[in-house]
Amino acid sequence: MKPAPFGYADPTSVDEALDVLTAEGEGAKVLAGGQSLLPLLSMRLAAPTTLVDINRVPGLDQISVGRDGVRVGALVRHAQLLASTEAAGVQPLLCRATANVAHPAIRNRGTTVGSIAHADPSGEMTAVLALTDGSVTVATPDGRETIGWGDFFLGPLETSVHGPAVVLDVFFPALPERSGTAFAEISRRKGDYAVCGAGVVVTLDADRRVSSARAAYLSVGLVPEVHDLTDAVVGQPVDSADWAAAGELARGKVDPDGDLHASADYRRLLVATLTARTLADAGAEAARRTA
Amino acid sequence: MTEVCTERAISVVVNGVPREATVPVRWLLSDALRHGFGLTGTHVGCEHGVCGACTVLVDGQPTRSCLVLAVQVDGREVTTVEGLSRSDHQGGQVLHPIQEAFRECHALQCGFCTPGFLTTIAAGLDARDPSVEITEEEVDDMVGGNLCRCTGYANIKKACRHAAATMRDSAGAKSATLAPDSQEAGR
Repeated sequence: MKPAPFGYADPTSVDEALDVLTAEGEGAKVLAGGQSLLPLLSMRLAAPTTLVDINRVPGLDQISVGRDGVRVGALVRHAQLLASTEAAGVQPLLCRATANVAHPAIRNRGTTVGSIAHADPSGEMTAVLALTDGSVTVATPDGRETIGWGDFFLGPLETSVHGPAVVLDVFFPALPERSGTAFAEISRRKGDYAVCGAGVVVTLDADRRVSSARAAYLSVGLVPEVHDLTDAVVGQPVDSADWAAAGELARGKVDPDGDLHASADYRRLLVATLTARTLADAGAEAARRTA
Repeated sequence: MTEVCTERAISVVVNGVPREATVPVRWLLSDALRHGFGLTGTHVGCEHGVCGACTVLVDGQPTRSCLVLAVQVDGREVTTVEGLSRSDHQGGQVLHPIQEAFRECHALQCGFCTPGFLTTIAAGLDARDPSVEITEEEVDDMVGGNLCRCTGYANIKKACRHAAATMRDSAGAKSATLAPDSQEAGR
């Protein structure tokens, strides 16, 4: 359980990091929090020739909160985002989802951007990025580029970014007015990888009737999936909306694989249950924010 | 151009003592603590971040020492289980309340997982307001990231509550002794 030998560089600017990544070629890998990468190295599932540690690059550890959303820098730890009441005020899903990311000791070190760049479909923050319709800013030797989440995630642990690149930050748009959110997941031990998880956003009209219900799931597909469940509940008063019907709609839309931890059918059942449960909570919150 | 290296000299304060070592860059922090500095109190279980046995404090924050490279703690402060107790100024050692509580509550059997529990819980207890009663949720959160295959966790959780109560009592005692002193000073 030891990593294969590699070279190590800890540049102090993004440009230097890109220089090293360019010089070292395809075998080079960016290291941020390392809470997903180092296990892969120790289990020898990955064997990069060079690790480019960006922890000494200044300025990447900032959370900037504006009215339009929250921008999270590449070195912001999960624990830092979890503790940001300012970020939670603009997009409550950030704090709700981060609380489900692994254990406190992992959250102290792991970065939110790193988990998104890692593109694990069982990651909480990949789902939140998708649900909020967020984007990723990437620095390459050719300049900076902003990529929408849908173009960023290609498959499990695979993104559209190839060649020398550093993900600088991710942007989570603000929660719209008259909306509420919720996040829940089922795992075998609290903090472990979720067998299934759901994040939802419910938006009401001025008469407190449901105008939109959307959900994102983790551990049910190869990439984060967002499903529009509005059809099941559109126009219904929030206090008596048929959230279970929305759960059933979601169950029909997902196509999970079975594995050691859960069969595909069990995952579909969890999708239905978690969807109904979280939508009810999000609806109640949306109602409070509409009152 | 930033240099790519395969070993690196690091200086790190471990349990209050400045230490220096030249480490291969592929060494994990747990390797450096055990093989570089001879601090074998940090136990290595799964080596991929699941079991929590190797948890140490980096700048006071619980961190898996198997998920950090030794080169990455250059310039930082690390506390291992060996550093949880403090000197009593008479050549002896005073255990951290959670260490006392583990002994009191029989919170260990084989002891392999114990260092990781102690560092994680000690940091959690030290960070909270001792005058507030500890909740079950807080206790679950403190122990939830570490695996123990002997105890079934019941006695570990009991030790958390015991240590929290001890810390509440001593915080209360401190403020009680402080009060007359401050009156004294006011005269």
